[in-house]
Amino acid sequence: MNDPTKRFWNPYTAGFALGLVLLASFVLTGHGLGASGTFKHLGAVVLHQSNPTWAEENGNIGAFFANPARSSLDDWIVFLSLGAAIGGGLAAFTARRFRIETIRGPRASREQRWVLAGAGGILAGLGAQIARGCTSGQALTGGAQLAVGSWVFMFSVFGGAYALAWFVRKQWI
Amino acid sequence: MGGPLVQVLSLSHAAEMMIAVMVGMGFGWVLERAGFGRSDNLASIFYGRDFRVLRVMFTAIATAMIGLYFLDLAGVMPISSIGILDTYLVAQLVGGLLIGFGFIVGGWCPGTSIVGLVSGKVDALLFIGGLVAGSMFFTLGFDSFGPLQDAGARGRVLLHEQFHVSSGLMVLAVALFAVASFWAVGKIEKALRTRRAAPAPRLAPAPEPGSAAPAAAEGSAS
Repeated sequence: MNDPTKRFWNPYTAGFALGLVLLASFVLTGHGLGASGTFKHLGAVVLHQSNPTWAEENGNIGAFFANPARSSLDDWIVFLSLGAAIGGGLAAFTARRFRIETIRGPRASREQRWVLAGAGGILAGLGAQIARGCTSGQALTGGAQLAVGSWVFMFSVFGGAYALAWFVRKQWI
Repeated sequence: MGGPLVQVLSLSHAAEMMIAVMVGMGFGWVLERAGFGRSDNLASIFYGRDFRVLRVMFTAIATAMIGLYFLDLAGVMPISSIGILDTYLVAQLVGGLLIGFGFIVGGWCPGTSIVGLVSGKVDALLFIGGLVAGSMFFTLGFDSFGPLQDAGARGRVLLHEQFHVSSGLMVLAVALFAVASFWAVGKIEKALRTRRAAPAPRLAPAPEPGSAAPAAAEGSAS
């Protein structure tokens, strides 16, 4: 590891801690964890700015604007992501791991990574909409609940990533 | 207790949002400490180098699962009182594949990209831009793509219902599956490490006479 100061946690310790956070989330709020909903909300704000009527009537995001007295961003998933940003930031700063950089393999250029990161984001954004959740909102949350579809989802994520790994290997190794 | 705290105590919206921020802080903190603020740590599982992603995920799922089903069987919080995710087989298969493609191409998934962003990673920022754009494309084309979200709808199905076994037995089976996978990926990591290290001594020039044989592959990767 090229980490200059502190090592990362043992993966089993980290997994146990993540499991406790997920369990706490269920017990406190009845929801699991999640993230992709926040990006759907951010996109919805942009679309609503450009055409409020269209956005309010859209089947995917219309419900966000159902209550005009409340901001569309005043939602559980957005606050969860805000917390994740604060907690992740605190962890990175206190471990002295905050650094502005582009992570890439030894054979990849920065620009190449930028293009692929953006393209990967688009694919994941579309996928999270179709699957109604992402690695946290589906795989972790539904996995712990033993929801059948979430287990299908999880193996599908791994399958998709392994299927393309060879083609983008120069980016990473 | 009977259900999640927010429902039992009928907490206000503001209080619920405060709780969400606090849970989120724990989420972000743990993801960062797990090493998931770096995309190379996330991608390395797909080259068999470091199965950290699988270890963290399966341990987390097993921990939360055991807790949830313990609370269910103890009658403290019935599993039906939380938001159980419905199954949409085709939607989850297709969406999962796309997220998997996005994961290896982009280097992140939505949750870890937040931690990457606050760790200063430029690729996480661009991935997030892609996520917002991808979500917007779906919304813009919702009239055509919308039905895909419902493809293969099965309603609420849990694994033990599917396999007609008790929930306790299913929890045990999943936990054993997790442990077996930890053992298997350890073997894979070791085998691939040996294979990567093996060709080197053969290509190296013959050792100088008198010196000891060069130690093959001294450094351990972790």
